[in-house]
Amino acid sequence: MSDTRLADPGQFVVVPRRKIGTKILALVFITMLILLARAFWLGDIAWSYVGENLFSKAVMAGVVNTIIMTFCAMALGILLGVLAAVMRMSDNPVLRSVSVGYIWLFRGTPALLQLLLWFNLALIFPTIGIPGLFSLRTVDVMTPFVAAFLGLGIQQGAYTAEVVRAGILSIDKGQTEAALSIGMTKLRATLKIVLPQAMRVIVPPIGNETIGMVKLTSLASVIQYSEVLRSVEDIYYVNSRVIELLIVAAMWYMAVVTVLSIAQMYIERYFSKGWGASGRNETTPAPQTTVEEAA
Amino acid sequence: MEALIVAHGLQKYFGTFHVLQDIDFSIRKGEVVCIIGPSGSGKSTFLRCINQLESIEGGYVSVDGEIAGYRRDGNHLYPLSDREIARQRQSVGMVFQRFHLFPHRTVLENIIEGPVGVQKRRKQQCTEEARALLKRVGLAHKADAYPGELSGGQQQRVAIARALAMKPKAMLFDEPTSALDPELVGEVLGVMKELAATGTTMIVVTHELGFCREVADRVVFMDAGRIIETGTPAEILENPTNPRVKSFISAVL
Repeated sequence: MSDTRLADPGQFVVVPRRKIGTKILALVFITMLILLARAFWLGDIAWSYVGENLFSKAVMAGVVNTIIMTFCAMALGILLGVLAAVMRMSDNPVLRSVSVGYIWLFRGTPALLQLLLWFNLALIFPTIGIPGLFSLRTVDVMTPFVAAFLGLGIQQGAYTAEVVRAGILSIDKGQTEAALSIGMTKLRATLKIVLPQAMRVIVPPIGNETIGMVKLTSLASVIQYSEVLRSVEDIYYVNSRVIELLIVAAMWYMAVVTVLSIAQMYIERYFSKGWGASGRNETTPAPQTTVEEAA
Repeated sequence: MEALIVAHGLQKYFGTFHVLQDIDFSIRKGEVVCIIGPSGSGKSTFLRCINQLESIEGGYVSVDGEIAGYRRDGNHLYPLSDREIARQRQSVGMVFQRFHLFPHRTVLENIIEGPVGVQKRRKQQCTEEARALLKRVGLAHKADAYPGELSGGQQQRVAIARALAMKPKAMLFDEPTSALDPELVGEVLGVMKELAATGTTMIVVTHELGFCREVADRVVFMDAGRIIETGTPAEILENPTNPRVKSFISAVL
């Protein structure tokens, strides 16, 4: 005790820890990565096919279709999700029941099954329309795009509803009361005051689900919607270069997901406005609630 | 002068718990009434009933001759729609214990949200009025700040300005200084004193007996869901006759 009290602070030298374990671990993983890369390199993969097809017209069209479907299905999903969440929290028992029923029905069955149901709707309803006003043949209406859009969007809405509801519940009740006290209706208070604040909680899981949706659109290949997976399948049915073309598709999925992840970061920053001293101090968003659905 | 806010035979339950029992109360225009009493006596709940943030199970509340939540036709009461209740609420401003400013809006946006968004008045005029209100509560320089950047006392003063921006007929204060650091209480009470001095009708639920003595025209003492004594500040605070009031006052002072 008396030793350190009298020691001159300048005489100490800090010797860093050696972290042998970390170095060995890094070495092991790097070796494994090299071996893995080598296996792929020596494997029977014709990389020239990957290069040839990566930017081919058919594949690019598939990428665009995947992006369009992701965007449309998520837009429908978010719209339905917000609607269902607000209905679920309303005082009206009819609206509440409708919302609960919707979530129960569309969360209860696999997305693939729902896609097939929509696509084959013509089997039970040959025509759709309003009797006396108009009538259309279901097969004409239910194109692969429409079936995929409805199937993916509607089931997404059921998940998003729960995310939105959790976000709304995370906002202090006092916010609603303050909004009511300045003469807002309950609906207006929810839409103008509570939801914008709830976005801070809602955006990370929605981002997560959007990324999930990019990959979920691959299900639409089953009903002949020509997204990336379908377009590479069409190519490898002809040239039999299965793995090469699947690698092409994988690269595109990863590219799209990477771009979306970056976009998500900026959107989160926008919605954290007014939180913390300047809204910019926030570094890490809350851990993402993973709502992974069985694909 | 005729009463502005009246409660008559008011009954309120939380489940089986009888929170408000047969409350009779009235306040005239320009009057300041302080409601005091122990925690859980129903003071805040009563205030929230006036603004229809709580439902009531019996009796009625009326503001400026209109029965809260109902349209009266002879002896029949017809429940109002959400929209009409929202309109009724506009005539009573409310200040909460924990401020409840909208954190995603600037101070100015908080204040003009009601007049512009709800009352649909012209934005330019409302902005001018909002700046005047901010000046009145001593925060003219904070118009573009976010609530999170303000102290508790400043937030509460903005909350008062937000309520005033609706040009209410009366102001309700629900323990406006209870969530504040002691050194910030004075600035909020100062603003409230100024409001009282300029003829604002105010109902204040508070534990600040000094404020009651100085500002209130009448003090109402509540205990266990009932109003047990009403009188001038001198009557209630200096010479309470009821033993329950007496013990409360001596414990607080």
